[in-house]
Amino acid sequence: MTKYLQEERPSGDDGRPDAEGESLLNRRGLLAGAAGLVGAMLMGSVTPSAEASTEGSPEDPTRVPGAAPTAYGQRSAFEKSARIPRSWWSSLTPLQDSHGILTPSALHFERHHNGVPTIQPTRHRLLIHGMVDQPWTFILDDLKRFPSVSRLAFIECSGNSGSEWRGPAGQTAQQTHGLTSTSEWTGVALKTVLQEVGVNPDASWMLAEGSDAAAMTRSLPLAPILEEAMLCYAQNGEPLRPEQGYPLRLLIPGWEGNTCIKWLRRLKLGRAPFMTREETSQYTDLMPDGTARQFTMVMDAKSVITSPSGGQHIQPGFVEIRGLAWSGRGRITLVEVSTDGGRSWQQATLQEPILPKCHTRFHFPWQWNGEDVILQSRCLDDTGYRQPDRATLVAVRGINSVYHYNAIQSWHIAADGKVSNVHA
Amino acid sequence: MRNILTVGLTTILSAGILWASSPTDRPERTHGYGLGRPATDQEIWAWNIDVAPTGEGLPAGQGTAKQGAAIFAARCATCHGPTGQEGPMDRLVGGAGTLASQHPVKTIGSYWPFATTLYDYVHRAMPFPAPQSLLPDEVYSVVAWLLYRNGIIAEDVVVDAHSLPGISMPNRQGFLPDPRPDIPKP
Ligand code: HEC
Repeated sequence: MTKYLQEERPSGDDGRPDAEGESLLNRRGLLAGAAGLVGAMLMGSVTPSAEASTEGSPEDPTRVPGAAPTAYGQRSAFEKSARIPRSWWSSLTPLQDSHGILTPSALHFERHHNGVPTIQPTRHRLLIHGMVDQPWTFILDDLKRFPSVSRLAFIECSGNSGSEWRGPAGQTAQQTHGLTSTSEWTGVALKTVLQEVGVNPDASWMLAEGSDAAAMTRSLPLAPILEEAMLCYAQNGEPLRPEQGYPLRLLIPGWEGNTCIKWLRRLKLGRAPFMTREETSQYTDLMPDGTARQFTMVMDAKSVITSPSGGQHIQPGFVEIRGLAWSGRGRITLVEVSTDGGRSWQQATLQEPILPKCHTRFHFPWQWNGEDVILQSRCLDDTGYRQPDRATLVAVRGINSVYHYNAIQSWHIAADGKVSNVHA
Repeated sequence: MRNILTVGLTTILSAGILWASSPTDRPERTHGYGLGRPATDQEIWAWNIDVAPTGEGLPAGQGTAKQGAAIFAARCATCHGPTGQEGPMDRLVGGAGTLASQHPVKTIGSYWPFATTLYDYVHRAMPFPAPQSLLPDEVYSVVAWLLYRNGIIAEDVVVDAHSLPGISMPNRQGFLPDPRPDIPKP
C-alpha cells in the first residue's frame, strides 16, 4: 500500500525545484575543486548555502566574474515554474508560464499507467510480428540508422480538461489544460519500418505495446496513421525523456496521447482491433443514453488563454492576451478573443510558425479598464471545425464522457484584477 | 525503391466505420535498408501476451470462481475491496443499469464488452505491484471469480481458452464508432 494509493498527492511534494537548486550547488562545488583559479574566484563570491545561487547573486553582476560553463545546463535558479504531479498517474504542464509554442522537455506533461520504467537503451528491442512477411526485431541503433524525420507536434491526453465537464474545477490553466505539450520529435517514419518488414495486405490494425509495468497497449487502425506516424527516439534535440518513453515511443500527430505508446517494444499486425482494456474500459466516451463511443482518436480543435489565466492577477492598463490553439485535424486558421463573455469576438494575431497538429501561439492587445469581465478564446481549423462553446458541447455529449472536452474556456477577471475559472 | 501508398483516409473516416479492413495498399516488403534481423521464436513467445476477442492468445490452463476467491482475497482485495466494489482503486463489480444515469458506475459487469480483455489485462497489468506474476490457472480463476461476482457466469463454470471467448458480456452492444464531427455548426 504505497504511494500510488494516495490518489491526490499535494502538488510539489516531491520537492523538485529544491532538488534542482541543490545539484547546481554541487556542480559549483565540484567545479571549484577542479578548475583552479576560476573555481577559487567563484568560491570567493558564492556563499555556500542550501539554496544555491539565488542567494549568492551579486548586487552588480558586472563587477564579479560569472559562473563557469557546465556540462548539462540548468535553468536560472530564479525560475520556479514546475509541473504539478497530480497523482501517481500524471503531471501537468504549466501552460500559464509558457512562451511560444514549445514545451521544455522537463515540463512536458506526464501520463503513465504504472510508473516510468528505467530502460537500458542497448537492451531495448522493437519486435514487429503478426501479419507480416516475417517477424522482425530491431535494436535502437537499427532504428536510428533509417532515414530520419523531425516534426513539431502537440501531444494531448484525451482526459485533458476532463475536470471541466461537470463544472469549473481547475483553478489555473495548468489544472484545466495542462495535459497538452508540444515538442519537436525525431525518429523514423512508421511506414519506412513497416516497408522494411513487409506487411500482409489483409492487415488493417496494429497493436502497439509499451515496455512499462502496464505493458500499455492500444490497437491502431493502420490506414489513417500510415502517412504520419513516427517511431521517435528524440525530443527537442536530445534522446526522449524517460517519462516521454525513453528510448522509443510512437507518435501519431493529432491523436489522443495514449495512442502514442511510450517505451515501445512491440507492434503486432492483425485484421481487427485487439480490444484491450485501454480501448474498452478506458478511453471510451460515455454518452447520455448509456452507449459509449469507441476509437475517438483525433483531438478536435481547442484553444485556451494562457495569460491572463486562472490564479493570476492583472493591473489596469495594457495587457497582452496570450494563448495557445491547436487541432488534431490540421492547421489553426483563426483564433478569436472575446473580452465580454462571448457577446462579441475579435481576431487575434497568430504567431508564426502555424503548423498542422501543433500548438499555435496567439496574441491579442487589450486595455483593461478595471471592470469585471470574462475573457474567452475560440479557434477554427482548416477543416472548418470551430471550437464549440460549453453549452453546445454538453448538449451533444452530456457530462459523463470523461474524455475529449474541448469547449471554450472562460476566465473571469474581477475588479481587483484576480483571474478565476468560470463557466460562462 | 519506395512504394507510394495511397491511403483512402477520407473515405474510411467519412464512412464512419471502425476502420474495418479496407482496400488500401500496404507496405510491401523491401528490406531496402538491410536493417534489423528475423525475430526468434523465443523473442516472440516472451512478449506475445495479447488476447484477442476470438480467444487467440489464450494459454492452456483453467480456473473457477471458487478457486479465484482465495486468489482475489490474497492478491487483489487490498486495492479493489473484499467483494471488488469497495476500492480504494477501480471498482470491478456492480454498476448494472447505471450507464445512462447521472452517476454511471463503469465496471467489468456494467461496461466491459469482452470477457477476453479481462484475461489480457489481469495478466499483463495486475496485481499492480507485481504485473505478470500470476500463472495462467490463477488468472483464469480470478477472471472466473470476477465474472461470477458480476452475475455473468455461475460459480462452477470452468473458465479456459475454450469457454472464455464464448462468455457474452452484458454491455457487448454498448459501443459505437466515433461519429464526429458531432457538434452542429453555429
Ligand atoms: C496495489 C494495488 C492493486 C492491487 C493489489 C491490484 N490492483 Fe487492480 N488496479 C489497481 C489500479 C491502480 C488500477 C487502475 C490502473 C490504471 O488505470 O491504469 C487497477 C485496475 C484493475 C482493473 C481494471 C479496472 C477497469 O475497470 O478498467 C482490473 C480488472 C483489476 N485491476 C484487477 C485486479 C486483480 C484481478 C488483481 C489481483 C490479481 C488486482 N487488480 C490487484 C491497483 C491494484
